[in-house]
Amino acid sequence: MQDILNWGFFFSGLTAATPLIFAALGGLFSERSGVINIALEGLLLSGAFTAAVVTYQTGNPYLGLLCGIGAGIVTAAVYAIAVLEFEADQVVAGMAINFLMLGLPALISGVIYDSTGSTPQIDKAQKIPVIFGGLSYATILALFTVAIAWYALYKTPFGLRLRAVGENPEAADAAGINVKLLRYAAVIISGVLAAIGGAFLATGQSSLFTRGMSAGRGFIALAALILAKWKPVPVLFACLFFGFTEALTIQIQGAPWAKINGEPIPIQFIEMIPYVLTIIVLAGFIGLSRAPKALGQPYRKEK
Amino acid sequence: MNIFREVLWPLLAVILAFVVGAVIILLLGDDPINAYAWLLSSSFGSIRDIGWTLHYATPLIFTGLAVAVAFRCGLLNIGAEGQLYMAAFATAWVGITLGGTSVAGESWAWTSLPSFLLVPLCVLAAVLVGGFWGAIPGFLKARFGSHEVINTIMLNFIAIALVSYLTQYHYKNPGPILETPPVGEAATIPRLNEIFGFISPDVPLNIAFFIALLMCVLVYIFLWKTKWGYELRAVGENPSAAEYGGISPKKQIVLAMTISGALAGMVAIGEVMGTRYNYYHDFSAQWGFLGIAVALLGRNHPLGVLIAAIFFGVLLRGEIFVDAFTRYVSKDLGFVLQAIMILFVACFQRYTRR
Repeated sequence: MQDILNWGFFFSGLTAATPLIFAALGGLFSERSGVINIALEGLLLSGAFTAAVVTYQTGNPYLGLLCGIGAGIVTAAVYAIAVLEFEADQVVAGMAINFLMLGLPALISGVIYDSTGSTPQIDKAQKIPVIFGGLSYATILALFTVAIAWYALYKTPFGLRLRAVGENPEAADAAGINVKLLRYAAVIISGVLAAIGGAFLATGQSSLFTRGMSAGRGFIALAALILAKWKPVPVLFACLFFGFTEALTIQIQGAPWAKINGEPIPIQFIEMIPYVLTIIVLAGFIGLSRAPKALGQPYRKEK
Repeated sequence: MNIFREVLWPLLAVILAFVVGAVIILLLGDDPINAYAWLLSSSFGSIRDIGWTLHYATPLIFTGLAVAVAFRCGLLNIGAEGQLYMAAFATAWVGITLGGTSVAGESWAWTSLPSFLLVPLCVLAAVLVGGFWGAIPGFLKARFGSHEVINTIMLNFIAIALVSYLTQYHYKNPGPILETPPVGEAATIPRLNEIFGFISPDVPLNIAFFIALLMCVLVYIFLWKTKWGYELRAVGENPSAAEYGGISPKKQIVLAMTISGALAGMVAIGEVMGTRYNYYHDFSAQWGFLGIAVALLGRNHPLGVLIAAIFFGVLLRGEIFVDAFTRYVSKDLGFVLQAIMILFVACFQRYTRR
């Protein structure tokens, strides 16, 4: 068992948690304003693909990150227009964004690189750098972002309004808050954050973009958000928990100690943990997880 | 029901998606007319092409109906993917263990049942297991009020992990691919080219297509001609009014999700018993999710679902040829067109509701 408790495992857990933290915080802003964000998966992919392409072309991961954020903003804006202007069903529109980002990157990389499966490998020197022992600067940034999110949500007028809009848009409107504008801002922020997570996935954790490389992380982030009851600091812990679970599935493969009755532990059961936990939490077995009251409901200003 | 309005908006969404798609194709440096011409000619150009198109449409009819039934009860079933995975493995399992399967001298089976017993048992496994996997989120919603969207998403991942575990550790066919051994001969259903000589032998279209058509009729009768269907729709229209009228929304929610899961599970009939004759990992081309688009485009009506599913069959068949016969456009065009279409349909919904 002591094989598992080492620095390598610790860092790989933090690394696995990093994109989750960004995506979940993105979801936090959107959902606290009352807009469901099933599109996190697609937002991650938009950031990951753009960052990978730009970093490969220019050799500059920071420019890649910046363009990745730009792609996240554009994608989030499309989603925001659909759900806020046209009052499209938020779950359906979110799924559409996920679908789009499954196809569009492959379509584009097919033209640029003649390969729909993945973009070319980025040089190791051009990736988002690590500080030491596999600990990335992006991980540090993620931890800071948690603090910033907490501060923004609870200590600023913007955060107060955002929460008001998510709980009771009618009252917020009556108090002179522009509900739609705030929700636009919240969805765009979720695009920015999720895209940073995606950029790290492609140019930090890995060194290229592969089709659908987020592999359900957008949904795990959503699970973390629910598990954390839509609060920033618990989001951090939920993401860390899921990150370490992911690191465990890698460590456990072929490890001599990972056996029950002499048989290796199937990794599928560890992969299931976040999902099973979410269902249990949602059913109210571990305290009630209450969603923002106006979540998923379009708000039409009274004339 | 205003027929014009029912048809106009989905049609507009499709046309707009193709316009946006054309712009994307132009930006990629290709000729949209050429790409779309390939899309149509390769899916309707010959009887063989039509057979393939209908083959691609079959699972989407099932998942489209599945999503539509849940929609009619006010529920969004994003879990058709997980439901069809569970059902496909269950069907393969019954087909193997009761079908006398043996690979390289090693027997996987308990017994070998004749076809007239085994085929119904396999179908039953698909329906029951799919229905069970759908009933779980229905029950969780009815009992604890937890949202079916999140639960079905989670259950998709759980289903795929569970089935991959069972395949890898207990029912792995020898070889590099993660798949089960083939089901017994007696567990298979005939392909249409075995019945109609004019369909080319390479077309895997099988009688599951007719089962899908039958399901369209049955779902229509259920929803609009039976008391249960009426109650289910009443809950979807207005849960509190339905409850006031003596209908239990909880019962209807569980019922709708069970039927929805069972319909999604029927994908296994065509795929496991009629196409591949085993379960293999990653076998679904996102059918569960495409079912949402099919149901939306088809306005949650069985006839609409049928038309929308065939239309998506065209995209799935045609994209292969667009990939091959254009310079830049890859197969992923289909995905992009579908995504844009879903987005437009979702945006237009508010105009159709009134």
